[in-house]
Parts: sequence; C-alpha cells; structure tokens
Amino acid sequence: MDRVAVVGASMTQFGQRDEWILDLLTEAAQAAMADAGTAGPDVDHLYVSNMASGEFEGQTGVANALAHDLNAVPAYTARVDQTSSSGGAGVYQAWQSVASGASDLTLLVGGEKMTHRTTGESTDVIASLTHPAEYKHGVTLPSFAGLTARKYLTQYDAPRESLGKVAVKNHRNGVDNPNAQFQKEVDLETVLDSPVVADPLRLYDFCPVTDGSAALVLCSESVAREYADDYAVVSGVAGATDTHVVHERSDPTTMGGVVESGEAAFEMAGLAPGDVDVAELHDMFTILEFLQFEDLGFAEKGEGWRAVDEGRTARGGDLPINTSGGLKSKGHPLGASGVAQVHEVYEQLTGGAGPRQVDDPSVGLACNVGGFGNCVITTVLEEAGA
Amino acid sequence: MSMDAMRYTDGTVTYPPHPVGPEGGEPLETVDLSEYEATVVTWTVSTATPPGVRQPNPLAVVEFDVDGEPVRAIGGLVEGAEATIAIGDTVQPVHVDELRDPDAGIREPASQSWDGYRFEPV
Repeated sequence: MDRVAVVGASMTQFGQRDEWILDLLTEAAQAAMADAGTAGPDVDHLYVSNMASGEFEGQTGVANALAHDLNAVPAYTARVDQTSSSGGAGVYQAWQSVASGASDLTLLVGGEKMTHRTTGESTDVIASLTHPAEYKHGVTLPSFAGLTARKYLTQYDAPRESLGKVAVKNHRNGVDNPNAQFQKEVDLETVLDSPVVADPLRLYDFCPVTDGSAALVLCSESVAREYADDYAVVSGVAGATDTHVVHERSDPTTMGGVVESGEAAFEMAGLAPGDVDVAELHDMFTILEFLQFEDLGFAEKGEGWRAVDEGRTARGGDLPINTSGGLKSKGHPLGASGVAQVHEVYEQLTGGAGPRQVDDPSVGLACNVGGFGNCVITTVLEEAGA
Repeated sequence: MSMDAMRYTDGTVTYPPHPVGPEGGEPLETVDLSEYEATVVTWTVSTATPPGVRQPNPLAVVEFDVDGEPVRAIGGLVEGAEATIAIGDTVQPVHVDELRDPDAGIREPASQSWDGYRFEPV
C-alpha cells in the first residue's frame, strides 16, 4: 500500500495572541502550504481540528470559512472535534483521506483561541466535556490530574519531586523553541513552591491557557517528492477511547485509550516501543507524561517516573520526550496541540528542529490525549526512506 | 433522595447508570449507594475552580462494596474533611441540595440535576 507522507508543516507563535480563530488558522495553513510549495487550489480535503470555537468565540463553521479564505473552494471540509485530542483526531482523519484515495492532497489545520476568556471560564469550557455526574461536583480536568497524581505517587512510592522534574525538563526544552509560549527555564524549587492548584499538583505542573495554530500537508508517498525533498511518513496511526466517566476505571493510573491506540499504531507500523527515537507526549499535566510513558510501553507500570529522574527523557537522553517544550512550555491551544506534536516530530525526522534537534532520529511518536484519557490518538512517524 | 447506581443483568454495578453495563449486561435495578459506606481511593483539593463552584473544592473518588461488587463514585468532601482525609479512610454519602450554582457555568441549567452527595468521614 502507498503510504501517507507529511510534506509540509508549520506552527504559529503560541501564547497570548491578538488574532481570532480564523486568522490563527489562516496563518498556520499558509505557512504549511508554503513549506510544501502548494496552494489553496491544490487542496482536495481540508480538516480543521478545533474543540470549541463556538463556545470560546461564538464563531462556528470555521472549516468552510477557512476553505474560502485560502481559495481552496471546492475542497471538501470538516471540523474535527475530539476535545483536547482534536489535533490527533485530525491527523487520523487526514491520514484516512489520503490512504483511502479520497484525497490527493490534504491540508490539516488545528487551532484554538482561548486567552480572551478568564482562566475560570476556559476551565469551565473544557470541563463541559465531563459527564453530568462529574460536572455537578465542579470536577475539572486539573482536579482529575490531582486525584490521579496522589494515587500514582502513593501506589508506586514515587517522589513528588519527579513530577517537578517533568516541568523543569519541558521548560528547558521550550527555551529552544521560538514559537513556545514560555521560553524560560524554571528550577525544581520554583515548581515545588508554586501555588497549589489541585493538591498535590501545583501551578507549574499544569500547561497554560494558549492561543495558537499548527498545520500539516499530507499526500501519498509516491508523489511526496513533488512537494518536498525531505518528508516524514505516517507509518502507524490509531485512536481509542476509555470510559467517559473517569472514576469508573479500575486502575486510575492507567489510560486504556493510550494502551489501545499505542498498541494498534505500533502494530500498523510494524514497530515496537524500543524503536522510537523521539516522542511528543500530552503533558497537559506533569503526571500525564508518566502515564503515557508507561502505557505506551516505554517503561513498566509504576516505573515511568524513574526515566525523568535519571535524565533519560531529556534531549540528550536515550528517549527524548517533548523536545518542543511539550504542552507544558509550548502551550496548549486545544485543537492545535495534536497537530503541533506531529509538527515537532516532522521537524525532528527531517532534521529541521534547529537547536532542539536530537541526533539523527528515524522513528518518532506523538500521543494526543482528549478529556482525561477519554479519547486518545497515537501516531508513529518515520523518516523518508525508512 | 437517593444516590442511584445501576445493577445489570450480569451482576455488575455502575455509578452513574448507563443504558448498557460494562460487561454488556442490561439494566436490571437501581441500587441506592447512599445506604452504603465507601473507602477513599484518592482525593484532591481543587483551588482553581470554575464559576459557580465552591473554592476550594475538595474532591474524592471512593469505592463502595455493594454485596461484593466494587462500585466507584466521585464527589466532593464535606467542608473541612480535607484536613484529615487519607486514602483508605471510610466515608458516607451526605445529601446536598445544590452542589454548584447552575446559573454560573457554561452548561444549560435544565439539562441536568444539580443536587447530589458529598462524602463525610465516618
């Protein structure tokens, strides 16, 4: 089967932006198309990954509006919403469109405009994904993280400091990403002394509220060279769900959607966790980096914290995690994040990551988590020719 | 007032109820969890709460033993309980008429109920 290639990628500056959703999406879309040497009229399918432009901005119909503004009409368009994993779901959708033969050239754009809302309002928009039995108690995504972190630290006798080291590492990585919301190192003391948000987690255990957008251009590998000398191949991609009601999971420290989507993506790629050279994990909260590290098979359950403790997941380690700075430092514009993860892996595999570049990676992975593990997309990418 | 869980035809029980059980069973009968005690699985104190939610908002995931069948639920802790609560502690449900201000959040007030149960150490 002809594989699907990523031949162009971009991300905008993440952070507090003056632009509204359509302008953010347009900025990333045009940059990705320029990267691939293509333009609106070439696009057969256009997908927009976005969780809540209606709720945040009162702007719906963004995919159609973007198609018009990019001169991509009559391209087929759809908005892809899978909450925080909308970006990853967009990658899956874009892959399907090319792999099925329905589209010769697909543009995927993920974006979110959030910072015009207060933190409380943004938290409520995101918490609106929860089940009524959760929502009425004021349960938020950060509170799920606090509940899970306490359980994890207790169950596996892991030190609180290990979570702080995730924040320190990802902030360090963000320093070298000019598009990251935070390009500032933090020390462990600062993390551990920051205000409590959801005990035992503190402010620096959480990603910020962010505006931004990211985009990818995809086509069949057989025509990839028409667009780019260097490209990456999507060799495995899969999505899975876990219980929507989070407390109904028998083991709160395992995300079934990560396990299932990871196994399926590796099987499709014909690869194993040990083959991965660089990965972007969904560190919306520091604890999530441990859960995904374990549930993807990079470590035994309860042992993932040791990897960051020993420096193995730092940029110079044997499995660098979140070289982009992760959601933690790069920022988390909901619908953009899963696309931006693949953008980082693409840059790493094509040698374009600049000061963040790891040493000659050939296999990369992105794991994008929606809800609190309610829905997950895992994507395995390989360098061209692999 | 009751804290309704669902027992399915295959013996499994969930809170909240679903149209199909976790092992594929059909809904059989409700079980009122407010008549049972539960054990704290984990807990947190959420300080960054959305509009209409008490601040701080201590929360716990607890596990009921319903005739040998484990049933988990999430809920707030009664005020002050966070000072002494620990994993493994025993709690009991206490009814609260309005858990958060239905008019302050993003969700349509009429779309769901707003009363429910918080947990009190036994």
